[in-house]
Amino acid sequence: MNKLKISTSPHIYSKFNVSKIMWVVIGVLLLPTLWGIYVFGVPALITILVSVIGSVFTEWLFTKMFKMKVRLYDGSAVLTGLLLALTLPPSTPILVTFSGAFFAIGFGKMIFGGLGYNPFNPALIGRAFLLASWPVYITTWSAPIRKGLNMVGIPQHLIDTLSGIPQNVVDTVTLATPLNALGQSIDFVSNGTITPDQLNSIQHVLYSKSALSNLFFGYTGGSIGEVSALLLLIGGLLLIWKKIITWHIPVIYILTVGILGWMFGGKGIFQGNILFQMLAGGLFLGAFFMATDYVTSPMFTKGKIIFAIGAGILVIVIRRWGGYPEGVCYSIIIMNAFVPMIDRFTKPKPFGYVKGVTK
Amino acid sequence: MGLLTFKKGVHPPDMKLLSKDKKIERLTPPKILYFPVAQHIGAPAKTIVKKGDPVKVGQLIAEAVGFVSANIFSSVSGTVKGIEDRLNFLGTKTSMIVIENDEKYEKTEFTLLTDLQSANIVNKVKEGGIVGLGGATFPTHVKLSPPKDKPIDTVIINGAECEPYLTSDYRLMLEQPQKVVEGLKILMKALGATKGYIGIESNKPDVLKKMHELCEKESEIETVALKTKYPQGGEKQLIYAILKRKVPAGGLPMAVGVVVQNSGTAAAIYDLLKEGKPLYERIITITGNGVNEPKNFLVPLGTPINYLIEKAGGLKENAAKIIMGGPMMGFAITDLTIPAQKGTSGIVVFTDKEVYGEDYDVCIRCNKCIDVCPMDLAPYQYALLGENERYLEAKDWNVLDCIECGSCVYICPSKRPMVQFIKLEKAAITAEMKKEKKK
Repeated sequence: MNKLKISTSPHIYSKFNVSKIMWVVIGVLLLPTLWGIYVFGVPALITILVSVIGSVFTEWLFTKMFKMKVRLYDGSAVLTGLLLALTLPPSTPILVTFSGAFFAIGFGKMIFGGLGYNPFNPALIGRAFLLASWPVYITTWSAPIRKGLNMVGIPQHLIDTLSGIPQNVVDTVTLATPLNALGQSIDFVSNGTITPDQLNSIQHVLYSKSALSNLFFGYTGGSIGEVSALLLLIGGLLLIWKKIITWHIPVIYILTVGILGWMFGGKGIFQGNILFQMLAGGLFLGAFFMATDYVTSPMFTKGKIIFAIGAGILVIVIRRWGGYPEGVCYSIIIMNAFVPMIDRFTKPKPFGYVKGVTK
Repeated sequence: MGLLTFKKGVHPPDMKLLSKDKKIERLTPPKILYFPVAQHIGAPAKTIVKKGDPVKVGQLIAEAVGFVSANIFSSVSGTVKGIEDRLNFLGTKTSMIVIENDEKYEKTEFTLLTDLQSANIVNKVKEGGIVGLGGATFPTHVKLSPPKDKPIDTVIINGAECEPYLTSDYRLMLEQPQKVVEGLKILMKALGATKGYIGIESNKPDVLKKMHELCEKESEIETVALKTKYPQGGEKQLIYAILKRKVPAGGLPMAVGVVVQNSGTAAAIYDLLKEGKPLYERIITITGNGVNEPKNFLVPLGTPINYLIEKAGGLKENAAKIIMGGPMMGFAITDLTIPAQKGTSGIVVFTDKEVYGEDYDVCIRCNKCIDVCPMDLAPYQYALLGENERYLEAKDWNVLDCIECGSCVYICPSKRPMVQFIKLEKAAITAEMKKEKKK
């Protein structure tokens, strides 16, 4: 007989483990990843590979340098690399992507002690670092390579209806991502290049049924992984069904953005479009895969709701009044910073809690 | 009616198939038996026999000290070989009365009650050394003596047996259901309760059917089907599942007018009051993939574990961990001469392939522990505080409300030993509270 082992109860464990969670999330992300490669071609594939390899390499490097626990196989570094790549434009230069991955893992995660100790979402830290360091590369979008697709996802016959508007404005609108197109058109009204009526016709085109459906199915320009809201939604629902995430953060986050976007997303109040605000940009990617990151999101349901509403408000504030057309990345990073405080104030009451009696 | 249940909890594989069809066998007592004087919650009993004394089956050998304590009886006839300090299942030492079996099984007479009055029942239960047989071993007469301002209207019999592997309650309720029902009636009488429930998990449909038939004529007693979920048999969870009453945090079930007793305890009360048999034997499941022939035995208390395992076909080559109690809340033991005692509901033997828990990983804040905690606590916090030896701070996170069911550790993807830290924290906090009281 072997030597008998002892330990504290319980003596049985579920088969749920860290690497299983990571690989399931990676598996689910393959849907939008493959779509990104299909829409943007080889450059997207290269960006993804560089980011993933860069992340794993950095993890290995820090593990060696600081003699940390080796966890290369649990998939957490692969996941961070993949998530970072999905937030980048397909044409990001290799070295830029690699530095992003290095910063994400090295300074977003390992420097705090590795998995479980990082206060901010590492992939978003990587993206924020790139946005601050090489803003041009990170905001230079290449158009989809598939035939009949353009950046903003609007069919040509609708663009033709914008005939009365100065050509340079039309070019700006059609060569930008949808959120950029909206933001810049509003700026054009503010500086008098176009009239409010002309803005209305641009908005009419942006919010048209075919434009919105292109946004939903993923026939627009943008970052590699953010273009198809549908695939991100399917992936997110799979995670909820598999009980890896709960619905609270993604649903409340997206709805907050939609409602506030409707109220403040256009010029003047209640001029925005709910669907456009929800579907454009990286909201679905951020809501299902970034804001729900275990380590950097609140522990308790009440806290998750506060976190999601806060992030939603920040998205609209940045989109409408900030310097960037898109605010998902910063909204999540800023809310990450509030998580310890949110957790402290949303501590659950024990079963059978009686107000005033239970200590 | 739908299945009743509580909120949250986990679904471990129930593994009851190993022993569920094994009929209860009466075990022939071994040659030497050990009777710990502390096998219940409360003060250890005081030994009243000395070396060389002859004893009979059912003879009082250690007497309760104070109210929260319990009498201890010999399960064989023979001679007291001595009083020794021996290792118990907690890994500490307890004074144990060692008795050599003369294999004559002469019985002591135990006077039966003719008049089943409430006070008489409680006294008799105290005399008979009955404690909670689910594993907590709280002296039953204490539960039967609620203060005057806390009237009890309902008695619940816990037949959930939510611990995986164990089948002792299942076999009892299948083979002797009338004992449980009669025991419940006695309990209701002792407490003046008007309603009785027998809660049984849905994974025991045969028992449910049998109990339903038995309770049909009893207007005051109802059998209810519970969802198979752990920890369904937790006292507060069971009360919530059946009555939707919430026992206040830090309070006892009597605060909501309820007393919960294990099905085995109800049967023991029947044996005591109707058959004059004090608590000196109980049903124990010997199971797990590490034993050759899983069994359900009626075991004379005091029987060493190695004798039980031997009678269950012995250990397999690859046996690696032996649990006294169920796998979720039981204790791992290394010394096999530790005796079966009042709280021993089962012995589970794991093979080397089933043993984990050598190393644990970092907390990735996945919230799973919060999602399953039946007491609505934040278990991850106990491990984080514990790792940094900040035990006392756990009090602010309501660690004292924890029932140590182990659901959090079961589900944890990093296999973090929350329960271990919780035990340390509770001990540190209780010690600190005692210190403060002294000041």
